[in-house]
Amino acid sequence: MAAGNLDKYKSDGTKLGNLLEWVDARFPATAMWRQHLSEYYAPKNFNFWYFFGSLAILVLAIQILTGVFLVMHYKPDASLNAAGVPVAFASVEYIMRDVPWGWLIRYLHSTGASAFFIVVYLHMFRGLLYGSYRKPRELLWLVGVVIFLVLMATAFFGYLLPWGQMSYWGAQVIVNLFSAIPFVGPDLSVWLRGDYVIGDATLNRFFSLHYLLPVLILPALVVVHLIALHEVGSNNPDGIEIKKKKDERGIPLDGIPFHPYYTVKDIVGVVGFLMLFSVIVFFIPEGGGYFLEYNNFIPADPLKTPSHIAPVWYFTPFYSLLRAVTYPLFGIDAKFWGVVAMGAGVVIFFFLPWLDRSPSKSIRYRGPIFKIFLAIWVVCFFILGYLGVLAPTPGRTLVSQICTVIYFAFFLTMPVWSKLDKCQPEPDRVTAK
Amino acid sequence: MSCDEKVDCGRRRLLVATATAGGVASVVAAVPFVASWMPSERAKSAGAPVEADISKLGPGEMMTVEWRGKPVWIIRRTQATLDELPKLDDKLADPNSEKPMQPEYCKNQYRSIKPEYLVAVGICTHLGCSPTEKFKTGPASGIDADWPGGFLCPCHGSTFDLAGRVYKNKPAPDNLEVPPHKYLSDAKLVIGEDTTGA
Amino acid sequence: MPAGAGQGDCKVRGLLAFLLMVPMLALASGAELHLDKAPDRANDMGALQNGAKVFVNYCLNCHGASYMRYNRLKDLGLTDEQIKNNLMFTADKVGELMKISMQPDDAKAWFGVAPPDLTVIARARASESGSGADWLYTYLRSFYRDDARPSGWNNVVFENVGMPHVLWELQGEQVMGEDHRLKLAKPGKLTSEEYDALVADLVAYLKYMGEPISEFRKNLGVAVLIALAVLFVFSYALKREYWKDIH
Repeated sequence: MAAGNLDKYKSDGTKLGNLLEWVDARFPATAMWRQHLSEYYAPKNFNFWYFFGSLAILVLAIQILTGVFLVMHYKPDASLNAAGVPVAFASVEYIMRDVPWGWLIRYLHSTGASAFFIVVYLHMFRGLLYGSYRKPRELLWLVGVVIFLVLMATAFFGYLLPWGQMSYWGAQVIVNLFSAIPFVGPDLSVWLRGDYVIGDATLNRFFSLHYLLPVLILPALVVVHLIALHEVGSNNPDGIEIKKKKDERGIPLDGIPFHPYYTVKDIVGVVGFLMLFSVIVFFIPEGGGYFLEYNNFIPADPLKTPSHIAPVWYFTPFYSLLRAVTYPLFGIDAKFWGVVAMGAGVVIFFFLPWLDRSPSKSIRYRGPIFKIFLAIWVVCFFILGYLGVLAPTPGRTLVSQICTVIYFAFFLTMPVWSKLDKCQPEPDRVTAK
Repeated sequence: MSCDEKVDCGRRRLLVATATAGGVASVVAAVPFVASWMPSERAKSAGAPVEADISKLGPGEMMTVEWRGKPVWIIRRTQATLDELPKLDDKLADPNSEKPMQPEYCKNQYRSIKPEYLVAVGICTHLGCSPTEKFKTGPASGIDADWPGGFLCPCHGSTFDLAGRVYKNKPAPDNLEVPPHKYLSDAKLVIGEDTTGA
Repeated sequence: MPAGAGQGDCKVRGLLAFLLMVPMLALASGAELHLDKAPDRANDMGALQNGAKVFVNYCLNCHGASYMRYNRLKDLGLTDEQIKNNLMFTADKVGELMKISMQPDDAKAWFGVAPPDLTVIARARASESGSGADWLYTYLRSFYRDDARPSGWNNVVFENVGMPHVLWELQGEQVMGEDHRLKLAKPGKLTSEEYDALVADLVAYLKYMGEPISEFRKNLGVAVLIALAVLFVFSYALKREYWKDIH
């Protein structure tokens, strides 16, 4: 956005007006309000997919609020209490039973974790649909991928805290991934745990980081993400730049002030989301064993691995990439390459802005190749996610290997096919309903 | 411009309605978070009434039981002590226990159900220290030549008699609190629960 | 909207749905374990009280329920006095947790494994084969004589289980037939129907104990959804009002 209107607030003579004038003379309150809300011009053709950005902020707020209250009762302690139960596990049940309304706060937090990933995945998919990562929004996209990485780390740290069987063995497996790194791996995984197995030291450092990342780092990244967005302006379902057509005052012809139009619209999205969210929290908080895994109601037992362990659902697509690699390569064993595949599965999103060479941004004007390839890619993503929940069999491993190849091929061949694709002409102005 | 006014009116009505509904919803949503600071079931269980066996308590002796994490004194007073109590009245801040620092059934000369036994929370009403027992009388107490026996708070020097009544011109404003209690039998006392159903 | 844009979205959606369905069906894992459905007695206070009694008498000697407080049983329509007189054998205050006096280390020495705490067992035993209650209901009716086991007992849904059949006097003794079906070899004090009913009560109690708040949670959920629906109507009307300017 252009620098915009920097005029200071002038009091209308009332007490409140005087106070606002006093504040505004010392803090750019109205300038910020104008820049980010009342004079931030967003395309008027946002559709359903554009709810998920504001919803992600909402879920972050829910997670921080409920998390802060959970910390008031939770104890990160792996030692056993008099009844032979780990203190951490018992403190979660204490929250669920003894703390007034503790059950609700905990369910909000556990459901919020899954909701966060649903919202963020949909938010990212919106970016794929409409080319929101393309120039000039590359940095905006990069910051978003960093947010996604931090979110994954936060969720992983948080998942250990209930200290159930899935918490324990999930952390065990993921930390052991690092031991696959040549030379430094084994020492690195010991360093991460602070012990030779997942133990009290691990629990305490994960607890510390599960507080630090979401409370300090994530909100800071979100602010950067928003500032970057408001600098370049929002993309839209037509994938065309509204700033190209401005009126005599320099306001985009297809832009409308974010406030009040998108604030009132996002409120509808928020309430709708809260309704779905409440259905989970109040009626199916376990989410069929996906949001709260059944095995996690058994306290962590370092001597007994559950017969089947799987990461929590939002990690399973990437976990499947890991498991799909079963061949050693260049004299290094398959375990290492599995880790590389899993890491690459996330990191590849960083390169998306430069892999896509299509003349059009939005799926609306892109050709059949993109539409078909994207559909196949999404299906592979779902299959990988589904397979990640299941125990591996030779048949499933083969399917996951095929999907893994497609997953990466989609990105790696994009520079070629995105140029070949037959795009339709883009309109000059956005197409509103 | 009448058209604009009409639009604004409808808008304002909706705005007020939505803001009110949203505001009420937010306040209701805050309730669980505020309520989660109340004592948990564990704290309530730990704060449940406690029983005390007073059968082994000799005359002039004191025992302490813990109730809600606070020391509760049970003192078996001798007849001599009980006779002494009325004579102290003019040295005390609230000799007749006018202030509600005791249940109604203990608002009497001895501040107790049975004159012999005093039950009081051993927390100074000034700033919450626990007074120490000074049962020795006279100069041996180290307080006063005519000290009749009682309690001295080590923090700010407040003194209490053997009915938990505070002396005049001391930092502590009130007599020691008498907790709700009742006798299950001659030998058994319950602290934290009484017959009034409180 | 230019022709093709919306249509394209539609086609992609159809393709997506189709592509998703095929492999999902092919890969769906069949449930290996057949579990009997536990009768739903979540709102039957008599059954829950009976289940609590069975639990305290037969389970609470070796298994603790160390996150559950006795006075929580007031949820089931019991008074403090009733709880104290009929259900409390080891604790003396109704606010105490349902713990057992057996030390976890001793239990391990005696049984090989410490008997698990049962507070949340009905949640832990859920699987794709059925709810935790279904598992427990089937498990407690599937013990059979097996001389190869140290305890003399085995179980169909929990192979080589460490626990002997604690309720055998009530159920009687089952044996594994040639056809891999259980047969009642020696009848117990209860008929088969009575025993099933008793287990159903016990399982209903275990399910309740796993999450005592669950009934209240659902009722509150209905109220929350109604309130949010009202808010939705208001906010949607407000959005429509503002967006009149745009369209």
